[in-house]
Order: sequence, then C-alpha cells, then structure tokens
Amino acid sequence: MKQWKIAAVAAATLFTALGATSVSAAEQYMPVLSYRTGPYAPNGVPIADGIVDYMKLVNERGGINGVKLLIEECETAYDTARSVECYERTKAKNGGAVAIQPWSTGATFALTEKAPLDKISLVTLGYGRSESADGSVFKWNFPLAGNYWVGADVIIQAIGKREGGLEKLKGKKIALIYHDSPYGKESIPMVQERAKQLGFSVMELPVAHPGVEQKATWLQIRKERPDYVIMWGFGVMNSTALKEAQATGYPRDKMYGSWWAGAEPDARDAGESAKGYNAVALQNSTDKNAAVVKEALEKLYAKGKGTASSKDEVGEVLWLRGAMSSMVVVEGIRRAQERFGKGKVMNGEQVRWGLENLNLTAERIKEIGFDNVIRPLATNCQDHMGSYWARIETWDGKQWKISSDWMQGDEQIIKPMIKAAAAKYAQQQKITPRTGADCDS
Amino acid sequence: MFYRENGQFKTSYQADQQIFPITQDRIAVFAIIAFAFIGVPLLASEYLFNAILIPFLVMALAALGLNLLSGYCGQISLGGAAFMAVGAYGAYNFIMRVPGMPLPLALLLGGVCATVFGVLFGLPSLRVRGLYLAVATLAAQFFADWAFLRIKWFTLDNASGSAAVPGLTLLGMNIQGDVSRYLFCLTVLTVLALLSKNLVRSAIGREWMAMRDMDVAAAVIGIRPMYAKLSAFAVSSFVLGIAGGLWAFFYLGAWEPAAFSLDLSLKLLFMVIIGGLGSIMGSFFGAAFIVVLPIALNQFLPWVASLFGFMITTTAASHAELMIFGVLICWFLIVEPHGLAKLWSTGKQKMRVWPFPH
Repeated sequence: MKQWKIAAVAAATLFTALGATSVSAAEQYMPVLSYRTGPYAPNGVPIADGIVDYMKLVNERGGINGVKLLIEECETAYDTARSVECYERTKAKNGGAVAIQPWSTGATFALTEKAPLDKISLVTLGYGRSESADGSVFKWNFPLAGNYWVGADVIIQAIGKREGGLEKLKGKKIALIYHDSPYGKESIPMVQERAKQLGFSVMELPVAHPGVEQKATWLQIRKERPDYVIMWGFGVMNSTALKEAQATGYPRDKMYGSWWAGAEPDARDAGESAKGYNAVALQNSTDKNAAVVKEALEKLYAKGKGTASSKDEVGEVLWLRGAMSSMVVVEGIRRAQERFGKGKVMNGEQVRWGLENLNLTAERIKEIGFDNVIRPLATNCQDHMGSYWARIETWDGKQWKISSDWMQGDEQIIKPMIKAAAAKYAQQQKITPRTGADCDS
Repeated sequence: MFYRENGQFKTSYQADQQIFPITQDRIAVFAIIAFAFIGVPLLASEYLFNAILIPFLVMALAALGLNLLSGYCGQISLGGAAFMAVGAYGAYNFIMRVPGMPLPLALLLGGVCATVFGVLFGLPSLRVRGLYLAVATLAAQFFADWAFLRIKWFTLDNASGSAAVPGLTLLGMNIQGDVSRYLFCLTVLTVLALLSKNLVRSAIGREWMAMRDMDVAAAVIGIRPMYAKLSAFAVSSFVLGIAGGLWAFFYLGAWEPAAFSLDLSLKLLFMVIIGGLGSIMGSFFGAAFIVVLPIALNQFLPWVASLFGFMITTTAASHAELMIFGVLICWFLIVEPHGLAKLWSTGKQKMRVWPFPH
C-alpha cells in the first residue's frame, strides 16, 4: 500500500513537473491540436502542417509586432476524450493559451462548454456548431469565414444557377447523403428550409460512420435517380462515395460535396473517375500561386524549416485551410495588440476582443499574402462568422480548380436560422444573450 | 510479516462478516480513501483533475459495472457503452425536461433507465451464452447508437443531434470547478464500489459466481438462472448508467452519440480483462491501464527523448505510444492471464510469507 501511494505521489509530481515549463518573455503560446494519426489522418496531416507552417512564417516575418509565437502540437487522433486531454494539458502552459482550434466536431462541442470558463477563444474555421456564429450567445466561439449553413446554401444556389434560376428547382429531386453524426446533420436544416421555399424534394440518406458501406445508399440513388446529389461526408466516406457513384453510373458532375468532401485526399483516390465532381470551397481551393504559399516555400521549405514532408502539399486545399485558420488567429491577436498594447503578449480576454473586432480588408489580405484566397471579412459582437461568401470548386481529374464566382449565402434565410438555434441553445443552457453594453467591452 | 492476519481473532459475527476482515486491508483502504478525499485535492493540479483523475474515476466506475456482469456473472458483454449512453441521455432528458430536477436525482434516474434497458437486452442471456451472448449484446450497442442518432426526441430536437448540459449545481452550490467535480465523482465511485464489494460476497453475488462457474450445476442446487442473470444485468447496467451520466456531465459537458461508440465498449471490456475478471480492485487497475497509461506514455516519451538530446515529433510519439501500449497489453496477458488484480494478490501473498517464503 505504502509503495503504491508513494508511486502515486511520484506520478503526480511528475505530471505537474511536465505541465509547468519555463515561461519566456514576449512569446505568445500557441497550442495546436492536430490529428496526424487515427482514421482521419489523411486530412489531419495537411491541416496541421498548414497551421504550423503559417505560424512559423509569422515568426520568420518577425512575429506579431515583435511577439514571437511559441508553437506546440498535441496529438488527438480525432478522439474527443484525447482532444479534451490536450486542451487541459496545454491551456495553462507558458502563460496560457489564448485561442484553441479544435479541428473536430466532437471536441468543439465539448470545448464549447469549457472554453468560456477558462477564457479561451475557440476558432473553428468551417466546422462546429453553425449557430455559434451568433456572438451574443456564443461569446467565445468564432466559426470564422463560413459555417455549414452557408456552405449548403451556396451549393443550392450553384445548382440553381446551373438550372437557369433558383425557381427552376421546383419539382426537382435532390439527394442529401450525409455522415450520420452531428457534423453531417448540420446540413439538413438548411437544405430542408430551401426545399420548402423553392419546392424541390429532398431524399435524406444517412451513411453510418466511417462510411465504407454505402451499397444500400447508392442502390437507392440508382432506383430514384435524383437530379443532384449533395454530399456531406468526411474522410474515407468521400472516396467511397465517388467510387460507388462511378459503379452506379451516376454523373459525377451532378454531385456537390461540402468543404470537408472537397480536398485532395477525398478525390485523389478516385482520380480520373471523379472528374467533374464539385464541392463548395471554404473560401479557397488549391492555390499554389498564392503569395503566402510562395513565401512559405521560399522562407521555410527552401531552408529546410517546413513542416510538411513534401513540398507538393503546400498550397493544397487543406494546407491552405490550416494556414488560413492560423492567419485569422494571428490577425485577431494583432487586432488585440492595436488596442491593448503593441508588442505585448495578449491574454484570453484581449484576444477574444481582437477576434470579435476583426476587420480583414482587401489591402490587409493582400499584405499577408492571402489575396484571392480569402474574401474580406469583418466580425462584430453579433456576428462571429464575418463572411457569408463561398465558391464552388471542381475536380479536373488531377486537382481542384475554382469553377464559380463568389456567391453569398442568403442572409435573409441563414441569419434567422442562426438566431433561432442560438436562442434555443441559450434557453437550454440558461445563458443570457449579451446586450449592447457588454458588446463594447 | 507485514501482511499477516495471525492473531486477529473475531469475537462476533459482525466482526467476522465485515467488508474487509483483515485489519491491514481495512487500514489501507481507509488510508487510500482518506488520501483521495483530502490529500489529492491539496496536491493535484487542474490538469491532473480534468484530464486524468476525473476520466479515471468515471472509467473505473464503468469498468466496475461491467465487471459485475462479465467478471462475476460470466456474461461477456459488448454493450457497455450502450448502457452508459442510456444513463447519460436519460439523465440529460430528466434534467432538461423537468424544471428544478436536482443533479444527483437525474443521474440516479438515468441509472434506472439504464437498468430497464439492461434487463431488456439481458433477456437473450437466458438462451444463449459465451461468445454468442457477446454478439447478442452487440445488439444493445447498435440499438443505442441508432436510437440516439435517429430519435430526435432524446436530444431535445436539436438540429445537430448533440447534447450539452447546463452548469452543474448541487443543493444550490455551483460544482463546476475541477475539485468539486472530482470530489463528486469520487464520492459516487466510493459509495458504489463499497456497495458492489459488499454485494458480490452476499447471497446474490455467490449466485452470480455459481452461474459463471457452471450454470447447470448452479441450477441443480437451486439457483434460478433467470433471476441470477437478470439481476446481474440490472445491477451492472445501473452502475454503467451512472458512469455514463458522470462521463457526459462531469467530463465531456457536451457530446455527440459517437462519445459512446463501440470503441468505448471494447475499451471497457479490455479494462475488465486486463484488470482482472471478477475483481473489484481489478476494475481500478484496468481503468488506470487503459485511461492513464496512454496519456502518461504520450507525455513521458518526448521527455525521455529530450533527456538523451533527441527531439521526437508528436506523430512519432503517438505512434510509439500505440506500439508500447500494445506490447504492454500482450506482456501483461502473457505474464498474468488473470489480470493485474492477480498480480496484486500474488504480491499480497508474497508479503504475507515474507521473509520465509515456502
């Protein structure tokens, strides 16, 4: 018994010793929750590389007004419990985390309940709760640059455009194949809302995790022949669906994926047979000519400081998404510094203010190398999303190419939906929505 | 020498029948409980509470619940996570739908829901056994997965089908803090563990063990198989249901149905097998092995590498973690197929005969 207790105390001190390392001056601590292992690693690796590469790039550029970023990765394997463990492990280290990017729906749900208590912002670029765009209820959540409802709406608009007007969708049949999880289900309310309004019918086809078994789903599609297929898949589900579509003979160009079904790992396996497959792009698609990509290649990869194992990955969809996510966090910190003191390490409250008062103008975007990668974006107390715009990209057999102009998700529809869902959450969780005065703080 | 019950004479039935008849055991258990309640809150950091101790306590409780069924009654179950899910969603619905519902009552009612669910899915055990029963309990797992994804009523018609609990309160006090959450979980675990320890040496526990060892013989000496098996399912599901409620409310806070997937069921079964089938203590060892060891390895490996001047990436660390973890599982199962609890009791026996081993 005694030995056991001594061992327990020893283990306890070991953990605390590991938890508390030295704090160095003028470094902003940036924990990175990544999933480089586990079932979704093909997606997780380029995302993590993008996040870390951009942070390294900021350090190469001299930091945020001189404040360097201290980067630390923590591996979650896309597991919610491990993500929570990583969050707990990193949140108080090195002066404390100010913004966390969970990169998983399950983790976002769990951390949404924890982050406000620790005063850490959750930056979820294109995932998580759609209604968290309502900053008056979700004070610490920032689903910047677009949520699932914007994505779904832009897909429907794109289909409408192709048919020659949204009113032409009346009487059409659209199948919605979705990953049977909160992530996949996020798409349903929007598609249903549009169906009601425009008069098309929706076939809801759930696919059980992980999504390798889709024979029954595609049999139904063969039988019913829907005019279009919207696919809300993730990971291996996407490449399986594309192969099944080929086997069923369903035209790939009539398939529209979400932005988690529109990256290289999703379509590369299917290769030529996925030619014509469309997906909504979260701001950007593959863009190897973007200034930030060239800069990363020049300042990091040419010197052997890059994170990715191959240079080819730099500038691909997910790498760019990771970089974009880091970029908005960095810009949030920069904005906070403008108010609370340039060249100082910011705390959680201050960064939250920065993210809430973000104003990425076209000039600023160009300055940091994201020209034509992201549209101007501005947040405020009510709106934590900042942008309702998205584009459609198409797989040409080898790579993704942007194939449409910028389209705006219909604010008239999405805003009330966000308001209603957020109000329901506030009522369930007994949160009093913030009013004007609180917004100014 | 240190651990010897010689000279401890029992002069009353009460003394003879207490939970821990050996004085050293009694002192040790009391010391551990006192340390957990008083020492740990003084020593541990916030990280230790939130990321290690709370999940360990909850998983130990879940493993304990499954051990009652699989270890004591011999009914191998692959539906552990399903019973946890029923407990979690049950408690969630009670607390969200009934205004003013106190938290402990909601958790208990969640446990009751899990009990009903458990008895229902325990019915096949009357006809099939062994591996076939394991497959039949998979039905519970798939049913729960399906129900909590599909039936919107359970998740209060939330669009995404996720569940989130509002702040935790106990008798008007806020118990959102890490220490209070830890103490709440610890109290529940202590009470249920002592109750289970007592239960398995009572008449009903003996019936379960008789059922496990040879069900035909047990029936011949007058044990009703239906009663024994279903009561094991009921008690085990109740404990699992409470554990599920704690996992959802006290650890995750908000969750999607995937939080209670088959993966968790398998983990629970591993905890029970590695810890020791048919041992209360084993549940704790198993939970520590499965919950704490991977995290410890994950942090320990980069640290060890840095001692030798290496830098290992997080990817390498997590791959190494999986490999070492797998090797350790094999090693423990080879060295001691009866689980860590058997190693523990061997150790106790060694202490008893020391310094004159025979």
